[in-house]
Amino acid sequence: MKHSPGHARVPLWVLAIATVGALFVVLPLVAIVVRVNWGQFIPLITSESSVDALLLSLRTSAVATVLCVVFGVPMALVLARTAFPGQRILRALVLLPLVLPPVVGGIALLYTFGRQGLLKEPMNLFGIQIAFSTTAVILAQTFVALPFLVLSLEGALRTVGTRYEAVAATLGAGPTTVLRRVTLPLVLPALVSGAVLSFARALGEFGATLTFAGSLQGVTRTLPLEIYLQRESDPDAAVALALVLVAVAILVVGLANQAGVRGRFSAGSLS
Amino acid sequence: MRTTARSFTLLLVAAAVVTGAAACSAGGSSAPGPQASGATSASTPTASRATAPEGTITVFAAASLKATFTQLGTEFETANPGTTVTFSFAGSSDLVTQITGGAPADVFASADTKNMTKLTDARLVSGTPVNFATNVLEIATPPGNPAGVTSFADLANPGVKTVICAPVVPCGAATVTIETATGVTIPAVSEESAVTDVLGKVSSGEADAGLVYVTDVQGAGDAVQGVPFDESGTAVNTYPIAALSATKSAGLAQAFVDYVTGTEGQAVLSAAGFGAP
Repeated sequence: MKHSPGHARVPLWVLAIATVGALFVVLPLVAIVVRVNWGQFIPLITSESSVDALLLSLRTSAVATVLCVVFGVPMALVLARTAFPGQRILRALVLLPLVLPPVVGGIALLYTFGRQGLLKEPMNLFGIQIAFSTTAVILAQTFVALPFLVLSLEGALRTVGTRYEAVAATLGAGPTTVLRRVTLPLVLPALVSGAVLSFARALGEFGATLTFAGSLQGVTRTLPLEIYLQRESDPDAAVALALVLVAVAILVVGLANQAGVRGRFSAGSLS
Repeated sequence: MRTTARSFTLLLVAAAVVTGAAACSAGGSSAPGPQASGATSASTPTASRATAPEGTITVFAAASLKATFTQLGTEFETANPGTTVTFSFAGSSDLVTQITGGAPADVFASADTKNMTKLTDARLVSGTPVNFATNVLEIATPPGNPAGVTSFADLANPGVKTVICAPVVPCGAATVTIETATGVTIPAVSEESAVTDVLGKVSSGEADAGLVYVTDVQGAGDAVQGVPFDESGTAVNTYPIAALSATKSAGLAQAFVDYVTGTEGQAVLSAAGFGAP
């Protein structure tokens, strides 16, 4: 890496500290792999409950990621491109789920969307029941994952600046056209990486789901909840499933990055 | 080049986000949890003697014993000046994992015989475990019992949102036993991994009913309402206690076990709703 052209050389001590940091992240991963009972691996991860949990996790995380994009992109645009009183406070509040313990997030969601929650009147009116449903899982995942998308996209929006947008506007493009043809293509890589982070966070979501959605096979018991439950009776199964979760995450992140790289090049050709 | 490097960084970060959560939920299976080691390292016996009931011991006890054992610990310390009893409360299976992993515990009190057997099989128990309490299930409902649950059979009604423990945890195993004995099948809306999670769903009003232990209903106070049912006698959970062979304060550890199984201990347990062994 240090010999590759175009890169400034990194001081050795930086390299040393970075190595320690990387080991700190990678070693626990290695520890999981070492613990896996490979003889039983395939039966453990193909049991009915495991497959149900994996499929449910993939499904809910995908929907949660879509929701994050649908709501997160406008939120990031408003935070990055407008100025209004109280904006800083609003940003801090929007990013709150990052620091909030997920279990507390789950309680907050319960107090909002639960049967006795803040929105119980309108929800009763339309006959909506969220508790103990797959919808509750998706809400919990969206709640914890949304800040990842807003944060990465807002940063990118500020970095690319408003020059191209201003030029496009002077050439007669309306706000929506500028957004569609200039702004979003410019920040597409950040959007993709933000969505990937959101997906990864949704996939690993545990505390808020447990508190808000409950745990029922095929309905609300996602892979992390299945791991938590299996650990009680069968640690081997828990470890095997944890490895599956990691593998799925790395696979999805890798695929999305491929897409992100292509998106970046097309954005580059545009500008 | 830069894009590739950045993609790789992102990949690592995203993997860390996922594994962080997964490791957090699976971590307890391989090593003593941070809470337990924090609670116990502060109380490592330094000047304890093996004979006289004096010094410091650490008691690992099932989560359902938190209220009673905290009280018993205080009373024991008062009755035996110069002693300190510290506790680590968690699910019995978590505690067993921690003890087999080398966590410094002197006494173990389990919520079921199955988990105690794991320790006796591993030859980590000194002497024979003594049963000191029993517990049975009870229906918990939100205050006012909105769904009008009066019997175990009522839980078979799909209109009653019932939350139970998953079969792999002790309270869930007891639930299955009662279902089998009565022929009543509960269409549960959620199968939780701990009694406290069941209780939380009920006290928040999210569920109409939950199956928890009698002592949980009593401990929750006004937050939930209890509906006892006769069939609960078909699944009686027995709580064993034992001094551990790794203890450096065998005398004190045994003294605490004797205290729990003696008159004072039994009175406190009985007042909390536990049955006699």
